[in-house]
Amino acid sequence: MALKLMKGCEAIAEAAIQAGCRYFFGYPITPQNDIPEYMSLRLPQVGGCFLQAESELAAINMVYGAGGAGARVMTSSSSPGISLKQEGISTCCAAEIPCVIVNMMRGGPGLGNIQASQGDYFQAVKGGGHGDYHLVVFAPSSIQETCNLMQKAFDTADKYRTPVMILADGLIGQMMEPVELKMNPNPEMPEKPWAAQGYDPKGERPRAVLNSLYIETEDLDVLINRLHERYAEIEKNEKMVETYHTEGAEFILCAYGTVARVCKAAVRILEEQGVKVGLVRPITLWPFPTETVHDAIAQESVKACLTVEMSDGQMYEDIRLAVNGCKPCEFMGKAGSIIPSAEEIAERILKMREA
Amino acid sequence: MAIIFDRTPVLTDVPFHYCPGCGHGIVHRMVAEVIDELGIREKTAGVAPVGCAVFAYNYFDVDMYEAAHGRAPAVATGFKRVHPDKYIFTYQGDGDLASIGTAEIVHAAHRGEKITTIFINNAIYGMTGGQMAPTSLVGQKTTTSPLGRDKDHCGEPIRIAEMLATINGSAFIARTALNSTANLVKTKAAIKKAFQAQLDGKGFSLVEVLSPCPTNWGKSPAEAMDWINDAMIPYYPLGIMKEV
Repeated sequence: MALKLMKGCEAIAEAAIQAGCRYFFGYPITPQNDIPEYMSLRLPQVGGCFLQAESELAAINMVYGAGGAGARVMTSSSSPGISLKQEGISTCCAAEIPCVIVNMMRGGPGLGNIQASQGDYFQAVKGGGHGDYHLVVFAPSSIQETCNLMQKAFDTADKYRTPVMILADGLIGQMMEPVELKMNPNPEMPEKPWAAQGYDPKGERPRAVLNSLYIETEDLDVLINRLHERYAEIEKNEKMVETYHTEGAEFILCAYGTVARVCKAAVRILEEQGVKVGLVRPITLWPFPTETVHDAIAQESVKACLTVEMSDGQMYEDIRLAVNGCKPCEFMGKAGSIIPSAEEIAERILKMREA
Repeated sequence: MAIIFDRTPVLTDVPFHYCPGCGHGIVHRMVAEVIDELGIREKTAGVAPVGCAVFAYNYFDVDMYEAAHGRAPAVATGFKRVHPDKYIFTYQGDGDLASIGTAEIVHAAHRGEKITTIFINNAIYGMTGGQMAPTSLVGQKTTTSPLGRDKDHCGEPIRIAEMLATINGSAFIARTALNSTANLVKTKAAIKKAFQAQLDGKGFSLVEVLSPCPTNWGKSPAEAMDWINDAMIPYYPLGIMKEV
C-alpha cells in the first residue's frame, strides 16, 4: 500500500473511520479543529453522523448517548476543552460506556497557549474527573503510530467497556508525515447486547440501564470492585512500551510522545560521541509499563536516568515510582510549549556523566 | 371479577419513592400510558435526570440512561442520532432543565432534535432540600431565599415553555398543570401530542408540567394543589405554546 502525506488530525480522523467510528460529537478548539472538520465531510459519506455540539459538556454527553446506544463513537478536543469534558468522562467510566477521546494537548494551565504541550499527563492518567476510575491512555509519538492506535483504541474500549484516550500533543495533530492507512470498508463491530436499543420484555435481552448513580453504599462498592477487577485485567494485558538502545546503556532517557522522538535524536548524538544511552518510551501511560521502565533502569550498566517532558514534570512521578530508588533520577522539563532540542538533552546527559 | 384499573405495563413493579402529594408519580404513569397506547415500548428509551426523578430508570420499564445534572437532552441526542428510527424521552426537573441544563435544552430545541422532554416545574429544588430554583416565584421562601425570592437580587422566574416556543426547531411546546382532573386530562393529552410529534419526525417537543412539591413548599398536598392554581398558574399560563 502506498504512503500518503497527511496532516496528523486528518489522518487520525480517517483512521478512526477505518476502525468503525461512525459518530463524532465535538466543539471547535485549536489545535485540533481539522479532526471535526474532516469528520463533518467524511462521516456522512460512510453512513455516519457528525454533530457540532453547543459545548464540550454537551459533546461528551452526546458521546455517552451514542456509545450507550451501541455505536463506535469519538470526540476530540484540546486541553481546556478536555477539562470541560471531565464530568462526562467520569460518567462514561462509571456507566461503562466504550468511547474514544482524543486530546491534542496544548499549553496550560488556564487558557495557556495553542502550541504543543504535555501538561495534561496528570489529568489523563491520574483522573481529571472525580471518583475512583482509570482512563486507558495511549500516547503515540508519530502520525503513523496514532493511526495504528486508533483501531486498538476502539477495540480496547469495546473489549473492556471503558473510555480510551489518545493523548497526543499539538505537534502530532498539526504536522504532516507520510502514513499508510489500512482501508477497511467493513470494520468488525462487536455485538453489544447491553446497549440501549429498545427493550422487549418478551425477549431474552435484559433491560438496559446505563447509570452512574449507586445510592446504596454497598451497591457503589460492587461497581467499584467490578471496575477495579477490569482495571487489573487491563494492567495485565494492555501495557505497551518501546525500548530503544537500552541494552547495556550507561544512561536511560524516559519520554513519551513527540519528546521521545527528540530523545532518539539525542541518543544518536551521544552514541556518536561514544556514550551509550537508551530510551524507554511508554506508549500506554495508563496502564503504565512499570516493569519495563524499572528493568531498563535497574541494569547494572545504568548510572542514572533522565526524564524529559514538555511539562513541569508529570510522568516523572511515575518514572520515580517505577525506579523505586534503585538509581538516581533526574528531570529536564520545558514548559510553555517549548520543544527541547536533541543537543540540549545530549548536553544534559554529558553533564550528568561528569558529575 | 373484572380488572378496571391496573399498573401500566410500561412501569416496573417497584414502589415510587416520592413524597405524599408529589406530582412525579402521576406524570410517570401518564408517560408510561402514552408509550403503551402508542405501541412504541419496544422502540423507546428514556433519560432520567438529577433531581427527585433521578431513580426514574427504576420505574420506566424501557431501556434507560441516567444523565448527569442537566445533560439529558445531549444524551438523548446521542441515542437519537444512532437510532433515528427509535424514540427517546428525557424526564427533567426545573433545577436540571431550567438552570444547569439550559444550554442543552435550548440547543436540542434549536437543532430540532427529534426527542421528547417532560419538564416538571415545581418551582423548587426538591431532592437537595428545597433550595431556590430559577422557576421559584418572586417572594417564594426557600432554603436559599429564606426571606422570599427578591427579583432585584436574583431576577424573576424563567418561563421555559414560552422561550422554547420561539425556537424554529420546536414542533410542540405546551404547559399544563396537575391541580385538577381537567388539567390532568389535558396533561396526558399534551404528553401524547409531544410523543406524536416525535413519531411524525416534526422536531423537538416538550411539555412543561406545573407539579406540586408539598414537602419543600411546607404545605399539605391539598394546599399545594391550591398554590398551583393561585400562585403558579397566574405567572405560568397554561396552554399549547406551539404546535406545527
